[in-house]
Amino acid sequence: MGSRKYNIRAYPGFIHLTVLCLLILYLPLAIVAVYSFNNSPSIVVWEGFSWRWYLDVFIGLESAKFKLAAKNSFIIAIIAATVATVIATFSATAMIRGGRFRLRTVSFGLISLPLMVPEIVTAVATLIFFNSIGFERGVLSILLAHIAFCIPFSYLPIAARMQGIEDTYEEAAQDLYATKRQAFTKILLPLMMPGIISGFLLAFIISLDDFIITNFVKGAGVETLPTAIFGAVKQGIKPNIMAISTMLLAFSIVMVTLSYLISKSDDKT
Amino acid sequence: MPNKPAIIVKDAVKRYGDFVALKKINLSIQDNEFFTLLGPSGCGKTTLLRMIAGFEDVTEGEIFLFGEEIDKLPPHKRPVNTVFQNYALFPHMNVRENVSFGLEMLGQSKSDAMRCAEEMLELVRLSQFASRKPAQLSGGQQQRVALARALAPQPKVLLLDEPLSALDLKLRKAMQLELKHLQRETGITFIFVTHDQEEALTMSDRIAVMSDGEIQQLGEARDIYERPRNTFVADFIGDTNLLAVKVESISGSMVQCLLKGGQRLKIAVNDKIKIGDSLHVSIRPERLFVSDVDDSRGTLRGTVKDNIFIGTDINSLLILDSGDEFRVRASNSDRGNKRIYAPGKQVFVTVEEGAARLLVD
Ligand SMILES: Nc1ncnc2c1ncn2[C@@H]1O[C@H](COP(=O)(O)OP(=O)(O)O)[C@@H](O)[C@H]1O
Ligand SMILES: [Mg+2]
Repeated sequence: MGSRKYNIRAYPGFIHLTVLCLLILYLPLAIVAVYSFNNSPSIVVWEGFSWRWYLDVFIGLESAKFKLAAKNSFIIAIIAATVATVIATFSATAMIRGGRFRLRTVSFGLISLPLMVPEIVTAVATLIFFNSIGFERGVLSILLAHIAFCIPFSYLPIAARMQGIEDTYEEAAQDLYATKRQAFTKILLPLMMPGIISGFLLAFIISLDDFIITNFVKGAGVETLPTAIFGAVKQGIKPNIMAISTMLLAFSIVMVTLSYLISKSDDKT
Repeated sequence: MPNKPAIIVKDAVKRYGDFVALKKINLSIQDNEFFTLLGPSGCGKTTLLRMIAGFEDVTEGEIFLFGEEIDKLPPHKRPVNTVFQNYALFPHMNVRENVSFGLEMLGQSKSDAMRCAEEMLELVRLSQFASRKPAQLSGGQQQRVALARALAPQPKVLLLDEPLSALDLKLRKAMQLELKHLQRETGITFIFVTHDQEEALTMSDRIAVMSDGEIQQLGEARDIYERPRNTFVADFIGDTNLLAVKVESISGSMVQCLLKGGQRLKIAVNDKIKIGDSLHVSIRPERLFVSDVDDSRGTLRGTVKDNIFIGTDINSLLILDSGDEFRVRASNSDRGNKRIYAPGKQVFVTVEEGAARLLVD
């Protein structure tokens, strides 16, 4: 309850500024979404509603290319998010339940630093790394890079959830004859589950959406959805790109919403 | 030789870095006993309990459970269970699953464990809530689930860390009775932690009064109340008047003590004392009698300052001629009696025989 005096809505221009910000944020997305339904190859002139560009994505000239790219993207995202979430779950357990070990702050910094490093730097570094060990570039190199940069994203919701779980639950479990491992699997893991699912979904979206790092480490001829879209856009923007983008957008919104809802859910019922 | 003690704590020391949380604790708790660790917050009660449960290692010393050394065992290998202060009920399991958890971990089949859980829930009168989640229960109900959960595996010793402190007064009183009853019924040794001296007196067979990581006195409730060993115990348990005195003369079993204002008091000898010692004497307020006539046995003179009505009793506040404040408690049923005097009135206070107790430290 903000007091009247500090009510932010009372500042002059508040409404206008808010609307402006929202427009800048969402107008481009809205235009893409709307024009993906345009019954015309033009991307500026509205000529009526149609599904043709969505059909084009699935059965058109470029459909094979996009299908393969989408398949790559989803396989990589599912595996990368899964592996990253498992690693993040164990890291969080060690960090939060491991007692106060030396270098704990340093470890936390190391885990979350990649979130703040410019992605292009990570991309270049990853590329140099793969080159220096002579790793062949292809789907596998993309996958490894994705696992690496997904870890901090799945770590954060998991660690946040875990921080809220008192350790008396595990003590109670051990008091009731559960071994450390049973206390982990039967008590801690179920209590952490919302954080784990949320971390998985976040990592999944981040992987699905990644362009910069993928573009650096992918081999010639291997495409994910973002790199395929970029490649297509270079030859001119066609409405089928808008249709793909709109589908990706819808998918992301669903995933992010799910992630949010799950992380908010608790065991009160 | 009778049964082996349920718990023996031998020279147990607990240090956190430089900080000494427990200094050489020695304890022997009998089978079937309702034993209470009583002391102010921070005196080390929880630490001692957690050492018995296995959540804290013992810096020095040993702990035995029915003769077997347990201080190196992990918590899940110790046949003792804990009722945690915040209950720590598993939020993702329903009441029945919570209660059967320990039995399942011990290897009982799910159906056996469930059946036993139902019996435990009946014992604490919660059968109709078996399918609820802990968050859907009231504080008192959660408390009883925690109790049922800890009792279900039939531990050799049950540890209870201030289990009633989160409940309101009325519920707390009811649970005190219920706990005591459960202990009798199950025959399990209870080690109960509280900072509430009244609760300790009500429930315990024996009490260990602790402060600053040490046991100050160990004994039956009545013993501790009537024969406190030092000023800490006298002050912490119940209400008392502590007066500074000087030993003037000793004759046989009686000591003549001099109060600040020059008045004298004869008290039974109880410790190694010598003439000239400065000591304290503790006198419980309910063991004093006030009169407005000096019956020559009347040993202390003072003035009534105030009378406070507290329901069952009336507390009179006196100022002795020595300048000390003095509290006298009279049962409310004595109102018709002459023992309540108006403020300002000069009165004489008689100490019931054997009620004054000399304390060395
Ligand atoms: N993990 C710990 N590290 C350092 N000091 C501790 C730790 N646990 C307890 N203590 C200290 O030990 C003392 C006794 O604590 P505790 O057993 O919880 O007291 P009580 O239960 O009697 O209130 C307190 O002074 C507390 O600060
Ligand atoms: Mg405590």
